[in-house]
Amino acid sequence: MRLLKFALTSLFFYLLLKAPGFFWDKPIPSSLVSMYMFFIVITVLLVMTITDEGARGLFAPIRALVEDPSKKLVRNAVFVILPLAAVFLAYDGGGLKATPSELRATHPAPPPLTRGYGKTFDLATLENPFRKIEKEDPEAFKSLVKEGGEVYFKNCFFCHGDKLDGRGHYAHALDPKPLPFTGGDTIAQLQESYVFWRILKGGPGLPREGGSSISAMPAWEKELTEEEIWKVILFLYDYTGNTPRSW
Amino acid sequence: MKPRFKSILSLTALAALQLLFVLPYFFSGALAAEATGAFGPAPVLAAGDYPKVTGVNPRMFVWMAAQMHLWFAAFVLAVPIFVLLLEVVGVIRKEKRYDKVAYEFLRVSLTAYSITAITGGLLLVGLIVFYPDLMKYLSSIFGSTMLLYALFFFVESAALYLYYYGWKPMSSGGLKWAHIGVGLLLNASGTTLMFIANAWVTFMMTPAGVDMAGVFDGNIWHAVRNHLWGPMNLHRFIANIAYGGSIVAAYAAYRFLGASGDKEKAHYDWMGYTANLVAIGALLPLPFAGYWLTAEIYAYSQQMGITLMGGLFAWLFIIQAVLIGALFLAANYYLWCGFKRGVNGERYLKYVRYLAFVIAATFLVWFTPHTLILTPEEASSLGGQYHPLLGPLGLMPAKNIAVNIMLLFTFLSFLLYRRSHRTPTVKWARAGNAMEAALFTAAIANIIFLGVYYGYFTNSVYKVASSVPQVATTLFVIAACLVIEYLMHRNSETAELKWGRVPDRSQYALFLIAVSFTWLMGLMGFVRSAIRQHWHVYSVMRDNSPDAFTPSIAYAAKTVSVGTIIFMAIVAFIFWLSHMGREGEADE
Repeated sequence: MRLLKFALTSLFFYLLLKAPGFFWDKPIPSSLVSMYMFFIVITVLLVMTITDEGARGLFAPIRALVEDPSKKLVRNAVFVILPLAAVFLAYDGGGLKATPSELRATHPAPPPLTRGYGKTFDLATLENPFRKIEKEDPEAFKSLVKEGGEVYFKNCFFCHGDKLDGRGHYAHALDPKPLPFTGGDTIAQLQESYVFWRILKGGPGLPREGGSSISAMPAWEKELTEEEIWKVILFLYDYTGNTPRSW
Repeated sequence: MKPRFKSILSLTALAALQLLFVLPYFFSGALAAEATGAFGPAPVLAAGDYPKVTGVNPRMFVWMAAQMHLWFAAFVLAVPIFVLLLEVVGVIRKEKRYDKVAYEFLRVSLTAYSITAITGGLLLVGLIVFYPDLMKYLSSIFGSTMLLYALFFFVESAALYLYYYGWKPMSSGGLKWAHIGVGLLLNASGTTLMFIANAWVTFMMTPAGVDMAGVFDGNIWHAVRNHLWGPMNLHRFIANIAYGGSIVAAYAAYRFLGASGDKEKAHYDWMGYTANLVAIGALLPLPFAGYWLTAEIYAYSQQMGITLMGGLFAWLFIIQAVLIGALFLAANYYLWCGFKRGVNGERYLKYVRYLAFVIAATFLVWFTPHTLILTPEEASSLGGQYHPLLGPLGLMPAKNIAVNIMLLFTFLSFLLYRRSHRTPTVKWARAGNAMEAALFTAAIANIIFLGVYYGYFTNSVYKVASSVPQVATTLFVIAACLVIEYLMHRNSETAELKWGRVPDRSQYALFLIAVSFTWLMGLMGFVRSAIRQHWHVYSVMRDNSPDAFTPSIAYAAKTVSVGTIIFMAIVAFIFWLSHMGREGEADE
């Protein structure tokens, strides 16, 4: 009975984790479901074995299956079915049929220095030259943001979208998809020097763990001026209501 | 006396050996500086400048030696801290059992001292043989502190032997206090040793007192007090106590499982509980010290910070989160199994499922990654690498909420455990319970508010800063509840705890905690060191050896895992030796 309770409790949590995929088409990745379930099963097991009586009750059916002479038929059946199931899984290939998962760092580490426009930028100390104007001259700052917006809508919005949500016209054809700038987990996490480096060097400038070979982001140093990049960064933060990370 | 002499002699010889190696480097560096009147730049090396020994991989040699040295050093630095605490508690409470268990703790760690010295010698030899130019450069800056290190090593060794062998002769009257003084000297010298070594290690990560070319400004204090020195000192100091506690608890579990009678079982059950209490007590503030350390790394270098937690090593951090969560689960399981030691324990068993639910739920949040491993089909459904529901859980504010709640519920398990053998008799017991419940509720609400509001709706400066009031909330609740508990349980109906009345399963939790700690230290030690990437001294002295590449996560994890197995095997051997020595004494 306790073994059944254990199995049903684990099944309940498994179905709970599968629910976003069933009902919302936003599945929790199978890699994460496996990790979650591993610890959920262990926790349920721990709770059910705190007392000796609990542990005995939980394992009694397994013990009986192995030791009880009257369960010989069931035992033999289980001992045949289990290896056969393992053989079938091995033959079937399990998850190996799917294309391999991609372990890609979306925000890989920047280099300490980067080159562009004939000079070297130290990313540890690099700052947006227009940022200080935000307080000194708010009106001038507004017009800089507007200019940044023009740069954005001439160059970036095709992929990153008119709402900066990563859902531009071309986005559906790209894999990996363009990043959204909205929300608190992309540019809000980053210093402006990082964003500058990403726009400057694009996909080809990513380190290997960033999936440089699969990113479609162009290196904008060939298309935009240094000033234009800084202005578009002002626009990205201003439009999304995010503040650049300062440390 | 002969074997004692032998061990003292061997340890002294090893210390002298270390000194012998260090001194020439100290003097060559110092003299060179004096000759030119200034310090030179960091050497620019080529692959040919690194000596080779056929059949030996230099990086692996140094990595393993450093890791073994660190594990043993952590153990032998930590044990005297709580041995001293237990000795003082024993004197104040006039209970011999504290003294007895403290002495046994010290005995367990004694063999580990020689191994610490041996592995330290190995590390030094490895560094000098394979990385002579790096050592020369470091000693040109840190020569004086290296000499100080050797000096403190002698002081520590002398204090240790006096402390151990003087335990029985100095067990009463004024001599006992003199003995406690020796213990204090032992701890002070051990901690100073760690602080000195930390200065060298942190300098390699966040160099200070040097210019971009590595030219030293001549002020040793500038180099020592570099950006990470303070956070690293604090983190290692606390972690060592937790680690030492976990190893001694594992020893007690080992003895518990092999105990022949109820009395012996009861003794080792109590010893395991006490050591685990120390370990978990030190573990509580550890995430915050770690958070400070990491925030400082990020503040010093965006590149190191992102490599650490957002880039290449992010997945090792997920493993770290998994191991820490496993550690908390094991610690709680051990407490829950101990409910039955008290006569009232039964009545709290029904709460375990709720405690477990919250701890497991926070644990899942704790290790939820930000960037997910996706199959192409999943990536297509989600439209990117972030899950709309789970994405926010991958960020630090969610982790901070999770870890604080996990700590509070672990503390709640501890409170229930303490109540398993006593019933308050004060009139305001019900009000006291209500006060504690209100404190917990308000604290959880505050922690969630701080995390959600400042974490997701303000900029990153407030996000990081909000972790401080979160921690303060947790610590305040722990302190306030302990005070309420103390006042509530004065003159309470207290039944004696039935030590030894725990299932054997609970002892495996203690093993798991020790192994998790060891593994964690290895993995995180690798990450901390590896974020320098291709630099010996970050951004100052480049590593141009053939091994100057970052190994894959799998390779690093396998290396650390093999190291963990070797270390645990040696620790098991030490346990056995300690047991054998005791049997020999009993025969006498």
